[in-house]
Amino acid sequence: MSDSDSDDWSEEWIPYSQRAEWADVVPLAQDDGERPIVAIAYSPKFREVFDYFRAIIAHKEKSPRALELTADALQLNPANYTVWQYRRDILRALGSDLYEELDYLEEVIRDNAKNYQVWHHRRVIVEMLNNPSKELELTEVALERDNKNYHAWQHRQWAIKAFDLYENELTFVDRLIAEDIRNNSAWNQRFFVLKHFGLTPEVVQREIQYTMNRIRVVKNNESAWNYLGGILRHGDHGTVNRNVEVISFCEELYASGVRSPYLLAFLIDLYKEQCLQQTNEADAEVLSKKVYNLCSDMSKNHDVVRRKYWQYVADQLKLKLSEK
Amino acid sequence: MDFTTFAKPSTVDTNNDKSNSDLHFWKHVEYIENHGKDQDDFEYCMTEFLRMSGIYWGVTALDIMNQLDRLDRKSIIDFIRRCQCPVTGGFAPCEGHDPHMLYTLSAIQILCIYDALNEIDCEAVVRYVSGLQQFDGSFFGDKWGEVDTRFSFCAVAILTLLGRMEGTINVERAVKFVMSCCNQTDGGFGSKPGAESHAGLIYCCVGFLSLTQSLHLLDIDKLGWWLCERQLTSGGLNGRPEKLPDVCYSWWVLSSLTIMGRLHWISADKLKEFILSCQDNETGGFADRTGNLPDIFHTLFGIGALSLLGFEGLKPINPTLCMPQYVIDRLGIKPQILPKP
Repeated sequence: MSDSDSDDWSEEWIPYSQRAEWADVVPLAQDDGERPIVAIAYSPKFREVFDYFRAIIAHKEKSPRALELTADALQLNPANYTVWQYRRDILRALGSDLYEELDYLEEVIRDNAKNYQVWHHRRVIVEMLNNPSKELELTEVALERDNKNYHAWQHRQWAIKAFDLYENELTFVDRLIAEDIRNNSAWNQRFFVLKHFGLTPEVVQREIQYTMNRIRVVKNNESAWNYLGGILRHGDHGTVNRNVEVISFCEELYASGVRSPYLLAFLIDLYKEQCLQQTNEADAEVLSKKVYNLCSDMSKNHDVVRRKYWQYVADQLKLKLSEK
Repeated sequence: MDFTTFAKPSTVDTNNDKSNSDLHFWKHVEYIENHGKDQDDFEYCMTEFLRMSGIYWGVTALDIMNQLDRLDRKSIIDFIRRCQCPVTGGFAPCEGHDPHMLYTLSAIQILCIYDALNEIDCEAVVRYVSGLQQFDGSFFGDKWGEVDTRFSFCAVAILTLLGRMEGTINVERAVKFVMSCCNQTDGGFGSKPGAESHAGLIYCCVGFLSLTQSLHLLDIDKLGWWLCERQLTSGGLNGRPEKLPDVCYSWWVLSSLTIMGRLHWISADKLKEFILSCQDNETGGFADRTGNLPDIFHTLFGIGALSLLGFEGLKPINPTLCMPQYVIDRLGIKPQILPKP
């Protein structure tokens, strides 16, 4: 469903049947077949607008008045994708000013920011214009209202990818993370941008610093910890245990009494990897003990609801060590 | 959704809710059966564009509750037949609308439940679906070119249900596209390459891999943990970090974990408690969250999740296709499901 509040018809509404410029059109009622199996008591306005809409489709009429009619129909139901499609056909046939269409869409998106059809229509129009100059601002406004709006993020990523608009995106992401450090969408966008520019060893090192600094501010931040793991695994061939700085960062947090489940989960991954790489049996045993103790602490104290997962992690390590 | 025109005369005594659990079984049956009757017309008009899916949600929920005979099979099948586009072969949500992959899957799912695939032109459906595959393996939702992992799932689900996966699409490329939407940071999937991980889309991608027998491509432990992390202290599940819990994510997270053989990693009791708290005790039906208004979409996903949790009195549901397991067995389909470790 859309977010729209579509029932706000103004008092000056003039029915199509009373408009002189529509006198030549015979409205076409919904044809429900021989027996009306879906008996609907439409509201009169809704019925009328869609009866006229069906009539113009039947006559394949593509005119300025038909375009206006689709706007009325879309105000009633912005999720009706058939109306959007016909609107595009009209715009093409008339050679309409598509910049006007962008202005119109800006308004519709403001009221229907979680509607698939509206965003898709926007994309098609931008593609027809081959001009993305308004897309970053449009999505920025939508994200100011809801900083995790999936549709807005999708549209933004599409525009950035299709028209190579990466240049200032990291600045934008920085600002969003500064405003809401737990915004997973913004952290995801950060990865999206850096992957494009290339995660070189220098970039990885910088990102590690950036993320550790953010974790110092909010320790129990799932998005930041996932990001740190993703960056490390990217730089270190799928492991998280080779960066000395990160290891001491995590151990210091732990020593200072932080017991965020994300920190503990990270330490478990780290010690588990070290343990499995360890050739010295005594050292391996010390590391495996650390893993077992942390898993036990998780399942008993810090993450009781997922205790079966932590038992599984401990069991898996035991199994792997016995196979070694 | 309005099922009143599909419903048979009813004699249900809703006060006789003799369940020993806290599930308001008969109220939900009545809710689905009567859906639309007491709602204002506006709401009904507004949902016309997804009517086919609405019927699928209601039919499936009723079948899981072993009450499928409350709806009239013939009039539903007639309705579906009228929604098949004679040109493209795809299905529209309702007469007068354009066909789309989403409603094509809903139509095929309903027909499978009624064992009525012979009522429509299945070859035309195969042509429609395979015609929407792109060179990179992805799928359009319709002729307008929107790409999304949802449509990859719909495509292979439709073809699997029709028994036509072989030789109709390029499965290898389709798998490659879905895997390109896997995020390195959390092991989850988004709608497109680079898009944020989202539990609903993870269900589509895990379901897709289950149907293409490709679950070995997943990092099960990493994705499994991220999915478990969706469980909040209320017992409910959210779809992304820092979002509110929602009954529909009970289905999407739980079915993904079930396919991956990791259902036991979350607390079933706490989730059950959350889902039951989202029932409307007066009207029947489930809402997205405790205290909100119910709808048919959340009603199916609430019932479906309870079935996955083995709730008494509900038929088993298939986690990949969100349809009664006996229907999947009747079709001889075996979506891949990993064993519990």
